[in-house]
Amino acid sequence: MSTAIDDNVIHGEWHVRYNYSVGKVAGQFFDGLKQKRILASHCAASGIAYLPPRAYCERAFEPCDGWVEAGHQGVIEAATIVTAQFEHLPPPPYAIAYVRLDNVSTALVNFVRGMELSDVPAAAARLKPGTKVKVVFKDTPEGRITDFHYELA
Amino acid sequence: MAKNTVAVIGTGQTKFKTHYADKTYVELAQDAAKLAMDDAGVTPDELDAIVFSMAPTQFMGVNDCDRWATSHVWGTGKPFMRIHAGGATGGSALQAAYVHVASGVHRTVLVVGADRVAETPDAQHVLNLIWDRFYEHDFALNTVTMTALAAQRYMSRYGTTEEQFAQVVVRARKNAMGNPYAHLKGEITVDDVMNSPRVAYPYKRFDICPRSSGAAAVVLSNLDVAKEKCARPAFVNGVSAITHSVFMGDRMGVFSETEFSDHDGEHIAAYEAYRQAGITDPTSQIQVAELYDPFSTFQFPSIESLGFCGRGRAAAISDEGGWDLDGQVAIGPSGGTLCTNPIGVTGLVRVVDAANQVMGKAGQNQLPNVHNAVATAVGGSTQFFAVTMLGDDHATRGRVQ
Repeated sequence: MSTAIDDNVIHGEWHVRYNYSVGKVAGQFFDGLKQKRILASHCAASGIAYLPPRAYCERAFEPCDGWVEAGHQGVIEAATIVTAQFEHLPPPPYAIAYVRLDNVSTALVNFVRGMELSDVPAAAARLKPGTKVKVVFKDTPEGRITDFHYELA
Repeated sequence: MAKNTVAVIGTGQTKFKTHYADKTYVELAQDAAKLAMDDAGVTPDELDAIVFSMAPTQFMGVNDCDRWATSHVWGTGKPFMRIHAGGATGGSALQAAYVHVASGVHRTVLVVGADRVAETPDAQHVLNLIWDRFYEHDFALNTVTMTALAAQRYMSRYGTTEEQFAQVVVRARKNAMGNPYAHLKGEITVDDVMNSPRVAYPYKRFDICPRSSGAAAVVLSNLDVAKEKCARPAFVNGVSAITHSVFMGDRMGVFSETEFSDHDGEHIAAYEAYRQAGITDPTSQIQVAELYDPFSTFQFPSIESLGFCGRGRAAAISDEGGWDLDGQVAIGPSGGTLCTNPIGVTGLVRVVDAANQVMGKAGQNQLPNVHNAVATAVGGSTQFFAVTMLGDDHATRGRVQ
């Protein structure tokens, strides 16, 4: 039996399982989420409040020595609307945004839900940097980053 | 810090296309190695070390495939290292080899690699897996969405339009028609780009590079070997790389020291490379820029970071043809990364194409009077930037003072 070169492939798949240790800093952040609180690590030396939280302030070269609670409102710094299906990723359409929450120095990514997305340029115009959004928590948070999302304020 | 002059004395690249049905991964890498060694006129015995250029191996599907390739690229019995900096890999691999030679440790070094990005249909899934599982992985980040976020921010800052990005694609595909190795090429229109299916705002399908398979290689040597082997080498006169935090959210907003949408790490790297190369006025001294531009939106912030114009000005100059082959600086005469993206070697292809212009062997795409060319590479979450300056003269250059 002859096989054309173009047809001659060997199929393969990778199945690999992991258990990621959360650690103290992320653990405290996730504990906060269970109480519908978003906790940012704070460095007194630099004055920077980090989301995602860090153990160490990369700017001041000092350990982050406190926590501040992020407000449940913030502003968009960057956003996009996804209209194509990527393998193993959510069904489109959906909106993603980096949002700088009140009391926090950095921006945190999440989905923006509750928006009409069928007219993509029009939806993008509603998500321009500087746009105000709010945090909306699940009714029963599980201590995971997916416990909340953003919506237009 | 005195060091040795370093020169590109041979280059090689295969054609780039979606699939190679007639060769395995390592046979592709071998083809590029052989091409570059033949071009340089060196034998395997004359190579002192090998630097292997390879990014994530999940695309081609053999974990840490550099092990598989060692003997195919004539690496056995020699020092061998793999460099991986995401999309910046090829630029960083070239720079690692540069240090091998500049330090005086080695005389002649082969940089080689291959990629087969379309071996899996799950490429953007693989790229989503580069984000941490705690904070960012769950939000559908991948190279398309993360750069779409930067593009939307850039558009908001500077008023750039989707049509202006589309014109970049038109120019790239046209330039690629003169490059026999390019993956995508042809005459298309702004309307063609605008009418291609939307993917992630502001991207349509044509704003996005293809998934390419192919290989590239470069032979670097010191000045003594270059004088013996190559009548017209491309001297590596400046190298620099800058790294940012993985967290894109650290790089936007009033508290940030850097600006995510501006690619300002590339600016820092470029000006260090320029300093080493004696470039004080990039627009008048550099004739060719081979950019790592896998998306139509990458060119403008990169052009601005390289100092060819002020922030927010590149789009208007593009509209006027300023980045065409006969413009003030020829941007991506090869068609660039928008037309060809074999991720693990793309940065190296940029060096090959830039060096070929300096060496006068860019074929149909050869531009006249190329004295200096710049090659860039960008990787991670727009996080790694590598900039390499190539020139036809080393007399007052290639020395860090």
